[in-house]
Amino acid sequence: MSKIKNKCALFGMVGLLTSLLATPSWAELKVGLVLDSAGKDDKSFNSTAYDGMKRAEKELGIVAKTVEAPDPSSYETLQRAFADKKFDLIIAIGFLQLDAVKKNAARYPDQKFLLIDSDAQMPNVRSVMFEEQEGSYLVGALAAMHSKTGKIGFMGGMDVPLIRRFQLGYEAGAKKINPKIEILINYLGVTAEAWSNTPKAKELALAQYNRGADVIFVAAGNSGMGVFDAAEAQNKLAIGVDSNQDGIKPGHILTSMLKRGDEVVFDSIKLLKEGKLTPGLFRYGVKTKGVDYSVDSFNAKLVSADDRKKLEELRAGIISGKISVPDYYVIQKKK
Amino acid sequence: MDESQFEHILSTWVLPVLRVSTPLIFAALGGMWCERSGIVQIGLEGFMLVGAFFGAVSTLYFSNPYLGFLIAGIAGVMLSLLFGLGVLKFRANQIVAATATNLFALGVTPFFSKIWYDSTGSTAPIPTESQFKVAPLYLMGLTVLISTILFHYSKFGLRLRFAGEHPKALESAGVSVLNKRWQGIMISGFLAGLAGGTLSIYLSSSFIRNMSSGRGFIALAAVILGKWKPIPTVLACLLFGITEAVQIRLQGVVLWGSEPVPVQWIQILPYLITIVVLAGAVGRSYAPKGLGQVE
Repeated sequence: MSKIKNKCALFGMVGLLTSLLATPSWAELKVGLVLDSAGKDDKSFNSTAYDGMKRAEKELGIVAKTVEAPDPSSYETLQRAFADKKFDLIIAIGFLQLDAVKKNAARYPDQKFLLIDSDAQMPNVRSVMFEEQEGSYLVGALAAMHSKTGKIGFMGGMDVPLIRRFQLGYEAGAKKINPKIEILINYLGVTAEAWSNTPKAKELALAQYNRGADVIFVAAGNSGMGVFDAAEAQNKLAIGVDSNQDGIKPGHILTSMLKRGDEVVFDSIKLLKEGKLTPGLFRYGVKTKGVDYSVDSFNAKLVSADDRKKLEELRAGIISGKISVPDYYVIQKKK
Repeated sequence: MDESQFEHILSTWVLPVLRVSTPLIFAALGGMWCERSGIVQIGLEGFMLVGAFFGAVSTLYFSNPYLGFLIAGIAGVMLSLLFGLGVLKFRANQIVAATATNLFALGVTPFFSKIWYDSTGSTAPIPTESQFKVAPLYLMGLTVLISTILFHYSKFGLRLRFAGEHPKALESAGVSVLNKRWQGIMISGFLAGLAGGTLSIYLSSSFIRNMSSGRGFIALAAVILGKWKPIPTVLACLLFGITEAVQIRLQGVVLWGSEPVPVQWIQILPYLITIVVLAGAVGRSYAPKGLGQVE
């Protein structure tokens, strides 16, 4: 398999280099976006970042180049290709790119980087982290409000700390509404293939529904489609993640836990243009609506005004500090 | 056992195992036929991907899963012809040619997906009414039956096996080895294409990029575990299916003490079982003698 991946990386590089040759050289801002292997159409986190980039291209008149890393070994070379071409900002999506960003930030000290989902702690990197546990807390509460069986499910993609963070927040939110609720937990795998294994996701979701769960929150990239299929087949509910996925199976997706990568990418490019982009760690939580739950025409019938009122109370509680949401990263550090 | 209990076991154990095993069985039988003809086949993954893609596309287009399933198989054959051209006509290294096939499939599917559905990630979802209910399970059973009969009791099966075991003997009997190998490759393309169709039309409702997720390689492991024979190969696939189903049920379950079994331990089960079975229970697994040899 590694042979295959190396070759993919090579093809990726060739594609990137040829596309860079076509870049005009006048004084427009040049921004390079390195997505991870799920790609720009994962209907999930990469999609949101790509949307932000497209918006910036249209509204701010920048030169935007997007590449997809075929596998984790190519992050470094893809970022370097942008740095060598003197791009004004390189945006790296996903915690998997942390090491590559650290290396390249040291190698190109004058190059500006934006890393999303992890903290690089370098003087030329702006790191952005989302408080996923806060958004997950809200959708967990909503899941508990809608569960008739007193059982709900969680399905993670690859078993990594980031997804554990979703899980902990979700459990805490559900238990706030119903302390006796039972939460079934599954992970799809321990390799990157867990993000694109829809058949297995569907099978796991059917198993959870069979065991009595009636709402499942899925944080598994492309694999989430399998859970939505199962929800439709069993006439149960699922909760989407990252982008607004409510429209994929209308009536079966209770809400989506939004992670506004689009806002962060757009705002950062805007700051860059104004010369105000500063390095350091920035956190986006429910306060700034960097993470949120979705309400739109597709799920308006599912989420009642009372539900929303209750959720807004919880949001206020989190912001004021009255409710403390467990954070997997913090817990891991203490261990 | 009353009826509801029976239904419970059926829906929680038997059907999930069969569903998970079905794509493996299709692909593994295809791989077995091809390897038996003397061609190393690590390109199953690629055939599965084009099968999954074109199966989903044609099901969407014709609103008929049976037609889509057939086209999935044909798409697999098309790609296998390209592979055959490389290894049989131009004598390319079989491993390299199959790797190229896999890469080609990995790249060409999002390419067309972008053109037709403006998305490199997935095709449009297949509406529920044009999805399969259970048909692929029956078709899988039929395939196993036909494969077994052809393999053990037909002139065709005997000749194809000799193309891989002792090509010179077959040649001296006046039968073209090359023809048998073309047939072996095309069967693997067709069956692996059906495996892909199973993934996109039956087990999900759209094509997702790289949705085969290594199943082509697991199928190949099943062929080796099954000693390149149809029934043992199918049993090996079922074994993988069972471990997968067990793995699905055991996740987050407390077996002893207060902590659930860590998910990583449960997920190594299929691999652990492969090693144990290969090392202990079945003894040595012999490859066809002429496998990978080009004269």
